[in-house]
Amino acid sequence: MIELQKGIPLIDQHDEHGYWGGKFGGSQIAESLNYPIEELTREFEKLRHDEKFIAERDHYFKNFVGAPTPFIKLNNLTKYLGGAQIYCKLVSKATGGAHKAYNAVVHALIAKHLGKTFIGGDTGAGYAGKMLSMVSAHFGLKAKIFMGAKDIERQQINVFSMRSYGAEVVPVTSGSQTLVNAVSECMRWWTAENETAHMCVGSTVGPTIFVKICAWSTAQISREMKKQVIDEFGEIPKNMKLINCVGGGSSAAGFWNEWMDHDNVELIGVEAGGPEDSKKHAAPLTNSSKLGVLHGSTQYVIQDSDGEIEETESISAGLDYPGVSPLHCFLKETGRARYTSATDEEAIEAFKLVSRLEGFVSPSLEPAHAFAEAIKIAPNLSKDTIICVDSCGDSAKDAQIIAQRLGYKL
Amino acid sequence: MSSDTLKQKFSELKKEGLPALLTYTVGGDPSKDISLEIFKSIAESGADIIECGLGHSANIGDGAAIQDSTYRALSNGIQTDDVFSIIKSFKNEYSQDVIIMTYQNKIMSYGEKNFIEKCVASNVSGIICVDYPWPTNMSFADECKKNNITFIQLLSPTTSEERLKLILDDSHDVCYYISQLSTTGSKLKVSSEEILNKFNLMKSIAPEKNFIIGFGITLDTIQSIKDVDAIVVGSALCKEISRSVNESQNPATNIGNMVKQLKEKLTALIGF
Repeated sequence: MIELQKGIPLIDQHDEHGYWGGKFGGSQIAESLNYPIEELTREFEKLRHDEKFIAERDHYFKNFVGAPTPFIKLNNLTKYLGGAQIYCKLVSKATGGAHKAYNAVVHALIAKHLGKTFIGGDTGAGYAGKMLSMVSAHFGLKAKIFMGAKDIERQQINVFSMRSYGAEVVPVTSGSQTLVNAVSECMRWWTAENETAHMCVGSTVGPTIFVKICAWSTAQISREMKKQVIDEFGEIPKNMKLINCVGGGSSAAGFWNEWMDHDNVELIGVEAGGPEDSKKHAAPLTNSSKLGVLHGSTQYVIQDSDGEIEETESISAGLDYPGVSPLHCFLKETGRARYTSATDEEAIEAFKLVSRLEGFVSPSLEPAHAFAEAIKIAPNLSKDTIICVDSCGDSAKDAQIIAQRLGYKL
Repeated sequence: MSSDTLKQKFSELKKEGLPALLTYTVGGDPSKDISLEIFKSIAESGADIIECGLGHSANIGDGAAIQDSTYRALSNGIQTDDVFSIIKSFKNEYSQDVIIMTYQNKIMSYGEKNFIEKCVASNVSGIICVDYPWPTNMSFADECKKNNITFIQLLSPTTSEERLKLILDDSHDVCYYISQLSTTGSKLKVSSEEILNKFNLMKSIAPEKNFIIGFGITLDTIQSIKDVDAIVVGSALCKEISRSVNESQNPATNIGNMVKQLKEKLTALIGF
């Protein structure tokens, strides 16, 4: 049985080769990437303990990203469901509309520190690409964003933002033309350009160092939230559940980070269950997919019997990924977090209900999956149970998809 | 005894003063039957060692030409066992050594032990696994060695001298030097001098080992690096398969002609 260790940051609980629990993660990369990854690993370890660097990070998080984001009670939803009290961490209020700003800021700061002039990144829903483009414009870095052609089509609002910030958006037309292909293409590009370019992996996936940088960045969410929870309740509630959607897993890793050692806080991850009548779910943890190597790390991967990555299907571009962070594989294996899935239909219903009842909260299709789980479980829970949902993205980017679903014309 | 034949091939060629000519094509591209014909045609055209790609859709090291070949094979339903059966049929008739080049998930999914057993049964001489770096590949590499299969370690221009020594120390008879920082099929962007300097450095550390040089090698670039142990031509061949398929020509004949030209050029350079 693999065990979680207390008092040690989750991102540091890997072995000397970068594996959590001895089997998740690692750096399964081509030899050409060994040097830049070793360089990045060495530099990041120095920077994360460097007070000046931390001050710079905090300056950007506070003044540019807008930390802390609100922590609010959803009174109407609580009353409507009639069980647990429902709270929301409104991470979608971060500049740019999602948690991806944290990782982008940190990567841009690292790129500057390393003296790199180019930065490349992958994107699925377009948030990671949008934020990377945004911070690159600020820091004077040339950004190149790799995005599946299908995702470009369905997330045009974010693509428009990226181009406005001066980034080059590279359409990836191989395979399923979604995030999985975009990440592969971005890694190929970095293999050729790593002497002058830095790579930002948009989630807690990829070789170990990228998992660590991303989770270290998004940890801002739970760091500020812990204070907000204590302000609200005077203490840490005896019975609290934190619900977060999981695609690659970057927002969940950040939303949960500070709560790892609090056993009375239950961590619930919600994967994409896809359309009700489809079997192509993007839910490797829920469906106990086989262990495999994808994008340089070992994780549970949706694949066929011959090791080929299978296509997934989800209404949410941000969750439409066949693999999942090694951190979440580890949290599942240790029993610290539990994982489930919500269907496209449940996510749409959750979006409708939350938007109609709450007004201030209008989750994008990714956190709509997390709300769907909250809506499922809240009515059967006691009134002293606190549910907190991470609303990590704003629905504006999904306006076209949702309108089409609901029969409106935009 | 597969790894012995590979070693023997290198020493034979060395006596002749020729670098070994390796060809890379994707197993099963464009179909199982034609792929086997391509291998036969390559062998008859003078290639010394056959590198056979076991394609993976989420590859992170291949450029457009090899990706096209890979997707064509996969979308035609080619599976790992099909590639093994192509190699086995080839080896029934031809003596050239076959090296499999693949990605870790293909081996992991098949099971490392099963994969090695199947390599033995299909007469495979060596394995290159792009995303299975040293030192995490050591137990797999040891298992290969026990079964007389050469696990070919990869080295790159940015591999430090210290790491180079450690890898060479653990490596088998043959290593693969990635000549430049790029995916496969890119134009050669480093000078032949740089490649030769690195080759000489590796040779000085491990004189008894054979180094294959790959990436950016075409008819035009062959001349300047003829002094190495072996060179690989891959993307140019995959591109030719794509062209032949698109123009409804016989890829086996066209690839055969291309390999013949490469071999003739190499032989001419040495002055035969």
